[in-house]
Amino acid sequence: MNEIDIKFLEDSFKKYYFNHFDLISTPQRTSEREFGYQKFNSGMFRHISLKDDKELHLLFMQNIPSDVYCSNAYYSFPNSPMNEKDWQEADLIFDIDAKDLNLSCRKNHTISICNECDKVSKDVNQCVKCNSTKLEKKSLPCKNCIDASKIEVNKLSNVLINDLGIDKENIYVYFSGNEGFHVYVFNSQFQKIGSKERSELVDYIMFRGAIPETFGMKKFKPNRSLFPDFNQKGWNGRFSKQVFGSKSKRSKIISELLDNGYPSFQKILDDVSENIGVKIDPNVTMDIHRIFRLPGSINSKSGLTKILCTNLTKFDPYTDACFLNDDSVEVLANCPIEFKLKNKKFGPYINEKISLPTYVAVYLICKKLATIA
Amino acid sequence: MLILGQDEKAKYPFLADAGEYLKDKGFSLVQFGSDPVLKLSVEKALHRIKVAAAGEVYKSDLIDGQASKDYVLEREVFSFLLAIVLIKLTGMSTLIKRFALAEARRAENYLEKDLGNASNKSKIDLATRIIYDLFNIEIIKENDFFVIPVSDYLKHSVTFHEREWKLINRHVENGKVFLTPDKTVRLIRKELGNYISSKIINAPKPSMIPGLESIVNELILISKKLTPTYTITTGEYPPCIKHAIDVLEKGENLPHSGRFMLATFLLSRGQTVQQIAPLFKNAPDYNPRVTFYQLNHLAGISGSATKYACPSCEKLKTQDLCFITKECDNIINPLQFGKKRKL
Repeated sequence: MNEIDIKFLEDSFKKYYFNHFDLISTPQRTSEREFGYQKFNSGMFRHISLKDDKELHLLFMQNIPSDVYCSNAYYSFPNSPMNEKDWQEADLIFDIDAKDLNLSCRKNHTISICNECDKVSKDVNQCVKCNSTKLEKKSLPCKNCIDASKIEVNKLSNVLINDLGIDKENIYVYFSGNEGFHVYVFNSQFQKIGSKERSELVDYIMFRGAIPETFGMKKFKPNRSLFPDFNQKGWNGRFSKQVFGSKSKRSKIISELLDNGYPSFQKILDDVSENIGVKIDPNVTMDIHRIFRLPGSINSKSGLTKILCTNLTKFDPYTDACFLNDDSVEVLANCPIEFKLKNKKFGPYINEKISLPTYVAVYLICKKLATIA
Repeated sequence: MLILGQDEKAKYPFLADAGEYLKDKGFSLVQFGSDPVLKLSVEKALHRIKVAAAGEVYKSDLIDGQASKDYVLEREVFSFLLAIVLIKLTGMSTLIKRFALAEARRAENYLEKDLGNASNKSKIDLATRIIYDLFNIEIIKENDFFVIPVSDYLKHSVTFHEREWKLINRHVENGKVFLTPDKTVRLIRKELGNYISSKIINAPKPSMIPGLESIVNELILISKKLTPTYTITTGEYPPCIKHAIDVLEKGENLPHSGRFMLATFLLSRGQTVQQIAPLFKNAPDYNPRVTFYQLNHLAGISGSATKYACPSCEKLKTQDLCFITKECDNIINPLQFGKKRKL
């Protein structure tokens, strides 16, 4: 990214931070957390410890970071090198990202930028200008992406509350600032479990690794009375609803399952996992040393803010997480698809000089689809 | 501290204080080398170890968990304590492991019976108390099941490789896992084994007891035969590593977790950072400076000097990086691929 663009983004971010300290606050038990930040065109600065909100605000004003992170873990010495931090526990965190949902709409709003010749085109596998396969993909997620992500958040909450016994009050859902949602679970029985145990929780939540016996199908002498029913709790009930569809079909489908045999049942389990499993990013939940985007900070992939969703159903990230100002700025935009911000439509722009509100200019520059003219 | 009845001492002899027990009964170790009556207990101890070394579980003289006569009970406890003495005298760690595992499984049988004994609440209480005192797991009986918090279940089950132990294959409700008595007890087998082996390891090594030399020598011979001698390696890469290399060669994006797996695997196979770095050249976001920095970090050359280990197959499955074939042959880490143990 060039210096002029960086200067513009830094100025815009700084104004936001100065005016919205109310949205940024340190998480509980601040002094036990590790903080980190990145600046534009620079590496990561981490192993930072902060005492309170004041120190955090100072960090923002002094460094004008592109991204700010905070650990989900609690340490005795958060500013020491990793192996000396003395890990104590970590909140349970989940990342739900539209890009992982295999949505058919993706191809309509994904843009390929060639790493060799900078050619911008709608989603391709090979650069239309120089044939290079080294392409950077940028997505301008649509309403469908956000709605599908919300469905996953609701599926996740359901498993967390009903299966894993988490209090609803301890689940916090944030818009990630780009293409999905971050879910935090505080004060649960899982605070102290390690990475391997979290990986098992991930498999449970994603419905992975299920064996036929768990859902009533035995290898030898299968028996129809062992199959699950609709009113059962947990995965047995969800499996029934998905596979049997309705109560009237249950008996007939069980007969079919018995006829098709054990290996075919395993295949069904693997297939339904795609539908009923919650699509979370396993790496995020397994990582107990991660620094995770700080709520209230801007995501430099989009210029949108990571913000708490108090009413997920009504939440619209393109209005509710878009806090930058409307001041006009002239940019050279190259964005072959249309998008919506603050309820207004923008684009497509084909290599054109145009005057845009700051929040749109930032969005496009962050996506590498515009530069300051 | 648990207060054990006479029968419980025979079922769970590892809970008894060895020194106290012998003293209470008015014996010293030396007597077991010479007294012909006490030697019966030594023979029983030898038998107990031999059975364990063969990978089987020793069958006691208890009938339904009860000792028919007092001397039967005493001999049960003596033979356990003497077995520990004999193993300590051999100094063979293989025997400790096998004996601890076999004794854990023996105790497991009794715990399972006690937990499953619906008519005798005191037996259930004792078994749950033992599990709580030794392993800090609180088990609550709910109808025919024993329920434990999911987090406690995970701490123990993650070491199991059988898929039935995955949380997804358990009845989970409201933060609790529902288990049958046998699964409850199986869950703590390893800890029970560890508890017994730590008792053996921490017991003071006695000096040789006159009259027991030949038995000790016999056990050393048995132990030596149990140790595997060598392994052979084919040198071929496992499918997950082949897949990662393929992806990179095609110039496609390999996720961070895949790059981590590939690098740590090759470093463990003895390749250098310089040999590995060119593999990443085709990655869409290739940057030589970052690649070398990260490889050096993984190799422990820079940063915290920690050498990162290759992730387990289980972890790779979760990360969608596992492409299992039948050649994988139940390995639990890609580094074991193509290695065959020869006895």
